[in-house]
Amino acid sequence: MPARIGVVTFPGTQDDTDALRAARVVGAEPVALWHRDPALHGVDAVILPGGFSYGDYLRAGAIARFSPVMEAVIAAAREGLPVLGICNGFQILCESHLLPGALIRNAGTLFINRDVKLRVESTSTAWTSDYTVGQEILIPIKNGEGKFAADEKVLDELEAEGRVIARYVDNPNGSARDIAGIANAAGNVVGLMPHPEHAIEDLTGPYPGPATDGLPFFTSVLKQLVNA
Amino acid sequence: MSENKYQVDTVERATASPETEQPYEALGVKDDEYARIREILGRRPTSSELAMYSVMWSEHCSYKSSKVHLKQFGEKAPEVDFLLVGPGENAGVVDVGGDLAVTFKIESHNHPSYVEPYQGAATGVGGIVRDILTMGARPVAVLDPLRFGPADAADTHRVLPGVVRGIGGYGNSLGLPNIGGEVVFDACYSGNPLVNALSVGVLKKSEIKLAKADGPGNRVVLFGARTGGDGIGGASVLASATFDEDKPSKRPSVQVGDPFMEKVLIECCLEIYAEDLVTGIQDLGAAGLSCATTELAAAGTGGMDVQLDLAPLRDATLVPEEILMSESQERMMAVVTPENLPRFFAICEKWDVIATVIGTVTDTGRLRMTWHGETIVDVDPRTLAHQGPVYERPYHRPSWQDALQADAPSAERLARPKTGDELRETVLTMIASPNLADKTWVLEQYDHRVRGNTVLAHGEDSGMLRVSEDTGAGIALSTDGNGRYTKLDPYTGAQLALAEAYRNVAATGAKPLAVTDCLNFGSPEDPEVMWQFAEACRGLADACLELGTPVTGGNVSFYNQTGSEAIHPTPIVGVLGVIDDVARRTRSAFETEGEILLLVGETRDEFGGSEWAHVAHGHLGGLPPRLDLERERQLAEILIAGSRDGMLSAAHDLSDGGLVQAIAESCLRGGHGARVVLPSELDPFVALFSESAGRAVVAVPRSEEKRFTDMCVFRNVPVARIGVVDGDELDVQDQFAIPLDELREAWTGTFPKLFG
Repeated sequence: MPARIGVVTFPGTQDDTDALRAARVVGAEPVALWHRDPALHGVDAVILPGGFSYGDYLRAGAIARFSPVMEAVIAAAREGLPVLGICNGFQILCESHLLPGALIRNAGTLFINRDVKLRVESTSTAWTSDYTVGQEILIPIKNGEGKFAADEKVLDELEAEGRVIARYVDNPNGSARDIAGIANAAGNVVGLMPHPEHAIEDLTGPYPGPATDGLPFFTSVLKQLVNA
Repeated sequence: MSENKYQVDTVERATASPETEQPYEALGVKDDEYARIREILGRRPTSSELAMYSVMWSEHCSYKSSKVHLKQFGEKAPEVDFLLVGPGENAGVVDVGGDLAVTFKIESHNHPSYVEPYQGAATGVGGIVRDILTMGARPVAVLDPLRFGPADAADTHRVLPGVVRGIGGYGNSLGLPNIGGEVVFDACYSGNPLVNALSVGVLKKSEIKLAKADGPGNRVVLFGARTGGDGIGGASVLASATFDEDKPSKRPSVQVGDPFMEKVLIECCLEIYAEDLVTGIQDLGAAGLSCATTELAAAGTGGMDVQLDLAPLRDATLVPEEILMSESQERMMAVVTPENLPRFFAICEKWDVIATVIGTVTDTGRLRMTWHGETIVDVDPRTLAHQGPVYERPYHRPSWQDALQADAPSAERLARPKTGDELRETVLTMIASPNLADKTWVLEQYDHRVRGNTVLAHGEDSGMLRVSEDTGAGIALSTDGNGRYTKLDPYTGAQLALAEAYRNVAATGAKPLAVTDCLNFGSPEDPEVMWQFAEACRGLADACLELGTPVTGGNVSFYNQTGSEAIHPTPIVGVLGVIDDVARRTRSAFETEGEILLLVGETRDEFGGSEWAHVAHGHLGGLPPRLDLERERQLAEILIAGSRDGMLSAAHDLSDGGLVQAIAESCLRGGHGARVVLPSELDPFVALFSESAGRAVVAVPRSEEKRFTDMCVFRNVPVARIGVVDGDELDVQDQFAIPLDELREAWTGTFPKLFG
């Protein structure tokens, strides 16, 4: 039986289709989850996709964290369920306190859609084991509020515990210490501002490539689930 | 003040008080039009009816000045078997093979975008997307052709950043990839930018929805956002005479968009469609509730009773005239059978969308509206929707047209670069000029990836989407237009816009199928502008017939002028194409060293309306490039066959800036240089910068050169070997060489310098 990867749709979510496709492309069974439904329907991992949940009104991710599905996701994440928050999903994970820090308005203030180079910093998470440390990968960003911010103490902790999972090679938005993604202490919860689900096919991935550098995020979790 | 309460104007009161003076002129209704309304009704209209007639008979809704010319698009339409829905509905629908259909349309939001750039542009996207949704389709992409005043003008720095942020802010929040469009600057658009928006949607052929209210007893449901006081035009004028002075009176005339509401509304509608729960549907756009109720009723059984006081309001003080004219965004109206209502409401509840039954379909032939029990509207809906005034506006060729055409940009009239150094300098100046420079600063603010089906986007000749993950089938779209060409010769200029979009679609390997157009012109009351409009329509209709690409819908935008100064006539043409397998798409980048560069088509000394004349001399005169539609068709077939048979590695259409601009772009995108040998029979300047139509530059592997060249010869299309992909500079032999880094710096530096 293939592993089941759930993808949550909040009102205003945009990249759920893409995340479901990514799950399918690596051979998992994609399962659509609805924000009002507190049941996780037996999924083995959850992706919180990008978009503008609840319009991003108030603050990106601030309302989504209170939805019924998030109560279940937060509880399961604390029990070890692999959870990947992409872009708005990362914002929701921070608002939910599953991850520290916050995502604030980009330096330069504009929305940026660009293919950016990342350096993988940690492969000891559920979502990054198929990369190698130091590997440079090309993944798109597209956000207006993607600048990672946290106080120095938190940043030092993240560094010391090896929880920075990827950094921008050329920081596009003023993120603290070039951080593009982080993990929780257990490594099952990962938040990432760039969009690996937009880098999974030669046809639609970054051009000129490499076009499919995002795939290992999804194969990593699949391997862990199969081996578990 | 409190004595001066609003008093509702009922049909009964209107009948009893025929002499009451009505402020019809302030609403834009002419004397004879008002007389006609009275004749139709057999009494004076109530103020609500007058409000409805004023908006439904407005130029914007009734096409009263353009209708007599637009009908050519029907009369001269080519006979095709793929057109499922033609002009007149919310958008045209074409069969793209299998069980899939595609609907697409372009619209303008020019004036609101000048007044309030962010909201104007944002709601322009929102409006056209709702048109696509209304046809029963999932909207899958948008494209935005834009025109602004000079790039260095202060007002452009107010308008452009706001427009771009508005398009991004709204489109990105809808989860719609932005896959194409244009950004063009010209002094004629100072004070009157053009903000056009095209949207495209995909649906099953069997699931096309139409805007009609059929079946007496069926319910009329208003759903989506509440109705507010935004976007009211003349209604406030109409009503203010009797208004309570302490109610909010100043309404913004520009609507305010809420993309989150629209995103939710899209998903809600698609779920409702999937369960086949509506018998008719209409979005609320221009003229709001007036338009939706009359068009649904007029196209259906013919009658409708509406209880207007049931409409959910954002502002409880709104009066019927305002509710009828409000253009609040993100609202839809559906006709639903009583049996389907529970499921309909359940889906709306799932998406937290407010839905309210406000009326019932009848067979009375009358649209009746009540306000707290009193009848305020009782009309034949067809008199509002279809029987508006039609004008045969006078038109004549402008007195200055001959002189303009006689002022040709000959070598004697405009100094041309001659030496290699002068040509090199010109290339660098041109590629850095705002119209030709890299637009990344703009395009990075748009999401082109969402939904994961974008195969080609900005920077390519057309945007391309995969529409079937099973078969790889796809569609391509390009929008083009050239106001300078059209000013010089409106007939040919409109045709050149079509030819360029058609060529762009073919260059990516897709077969051009159908057309949508946005006709941006000055005042129709100016006979010279009207002549431009008439000529452009005639030209476009003739060319569509010859190329076999019918116009499926579009939009007319008049009154684009500041004082008596009209913009260049600017028809923007969108062409939709189809491709069997998007994996066979052709990109514009030179990707492989050693491949052969071929110039397909014929180059003549043609600089009338050219980018070079504009940039180097600020000159506009002469005639636009000649157009040979049969040649365009042959070229398109070559480009499509080249893609299908795997002969082409790259193709790029030649247009603004000519051959050297196209080669430079393809070099910079691919990161490879080119060694170019210009055809010996051509003057180097003409070879590099002429804007002759019907041309493309292609890169082919050496092994395919003969097969490709033979195909061109067989079709009688000139083809010449002009070089090879090689090195890291653009090397035009015997003339000049420019390192790619230097070229890239010139190309990419302009926008960040201007707007960053």
